[in-house]
Amino acid sequence: MNRRSGSRPDLSHVLPPIVAGVGFLLLWQGFVVARKIQPYVLPKPTAIWDQLTANAAGILQAAKASGTNALVGLLVGSILAIAAAILAARSRLADELLTPVAAAVNAMPIIALAPLFNTMFSSTSAVPRRLVVSVVVFFPVFVNTARGLRQIDPVHQELLQSYAATPWQLTRTVRLPGALPFVFTGLRLASSPAAIAAVVSEYFGGLQTGLGSRITSAASNTAYPRAWAYVVAACALGLSFYLIALLLERIAMPWRVHRTS
Amino acid sequence: MTVPAVEITGVSKVFGTGGSGDVHALDGIDLVVEAGQFVSLIGPSGCGKSTLLRLIADLLEPTTGDISVYGKPARAARRDQDYGIAFQAAGLLEWRTVVGNIELPLELHGISKRDRRARALELLELVGLPDFASHRPSQLSGGMQQRVAIARALAEKPPLLLMDEPFGALDEMTRERMQAELVRICTETQTTVVFVTHSIPEAVYLSDRVVVMSARPGRISRIVDVELGPRVEGTRESTAFFAKITEVRAGLRGGPRAGQVAVGEHPIGVVDSR
Repeated sequence: MNRRSGSRPDLSHVLPPIVAGVGFLLLWQGFVVARKIQPYVLPKPTAIWDQLTANAAGILQAAKASGTNALVGLLVGSILAIAAAILAARSRLADELLTPVAAAVNAMPIIALAPLFNTMFSSTSAVPRRLVVSVVVFFPVFVNTARGLRQIDPVHQELLQSYAATPWQLTRTVRLPGALPFVFTGLRLASSPAAIAAVVSEYFGGLQTGLGSRITSAASNTAYPRAWAYVVAACALGLSFYLIALLLERIAMPWRVHRTS
Repeated sequence: MTVPAVEITGVSKVFGTGGSGDVHALDGIDLVVEAGQFVSLIGPSGCGKSTLLRLIADLLEPTTGDISVYGKPARAARRDQDYGIAFQAAGLLEWRTVVGNIELPLELHGISKRDRRARALELLELVGLPDFASHRPSQLSGGMQQRVAIARALAEKPPLLLMDEPFGALDEMTRERMQAELVRICTETQTTVVFVTHSIPEAVYLSDRVVVMSARPGRISRIVDVELGPRVEGTRESTAFFAKITEVRAGLRGGPRAGQVAVGEHPIGVVDSR
């Protein structure tokens, strides 16, 4: 399932999504022009593009603010999740305590906590957003890592037992590297939601630096194409988080790429 | 008088909790493996040969009886790394290179980086894979992976090597070549070997003694001394080799010394427990 023939993207892989994307934009443009749709309902892609280029510096700055929140939240949430998963794999009690709590937290509409976090911390603090992102990231990383840590080849288990290895040696040399594919699946699943959570949590007031706050302020000023331009930037941010996670996965597990034929 | 490599006295092993579903894997096992000997355990599936190997390795504990390895309890021998072990599955860590896999036991036991690299390269030479140090396990064939596993088992120069059907998954050609290699390696390194197999020719070719076991409960039904001298090109075609194969086969069929007329799959009286 993870057997990719190579890491080099060739044209036949890249072309179809580009053609589909360009086709979609052309249809969109044609539809808006032909039906004379007002910009506050749906702006033309060209109008959004104009706003993107006109506000490039501001967009980049806002993307940097949101991106930093997403990244910090992603790192903190993942580190906590991996540590919790190691604990859960080592002790049954920890597993029985942590797994239901993680599932319960995941079932909560976490972004709805953003306004509450805002009042908890000062309104000039980035902590509430980072906290929201951490909570969003925690569950997918925890569940996947815990599953990976539990899956151990019985031969490896016996081998390490024959070496009289300590539990920590078993975790370090066998369980953790064996769980890496699962950890990265979790990170990949968490990466885009991290960016989304960072942007959306800005909708509820607080610091006005990120993409989310720019979207709300542009929309309230009826500058719809500009709001859309920031939305496009938010999409790009989510996508780049996903792609970076994908790239890290390849770099961290060179043995997976070697698997040819 | 030297201490025997392995001494097994009155060992039985029951899997289960004491109810009617218990499995009597081994019963009344007495066996002595002298240092420097190559001993094979052979028998039908379910005769407990792999269980016996795991008892020696202290991966399982006997229900009754004693096992000592070089005069120490099996647990102490495991802690002191008196044996190396290889299984049917090579069980290499796919994220480590070949040389990294061989270094694993040395690394766990605090050998310095330079020493373990030197030892690993020496072992790769021994198993005939000097050019594959930095390859990944997934780039090797099954036979090559098994050679790496054997090198890893020998990493700490253990006096005793335990092997559980290490060639079971290999094709016949590779298997015979690996057997010849193993004989050479064990002679060179003076290692005692306990080798589990279900192949009669393999057991006879490799061993000084073949321990024939029967199933349900697992017992030793006969021990065949193989005196074929140094293994050479023609050993597999010699009359003496075939005579020993016949003897082991007779033992497996429950010949005169096994005591029973027929040690079948369904002894009378066990029917209602199935």
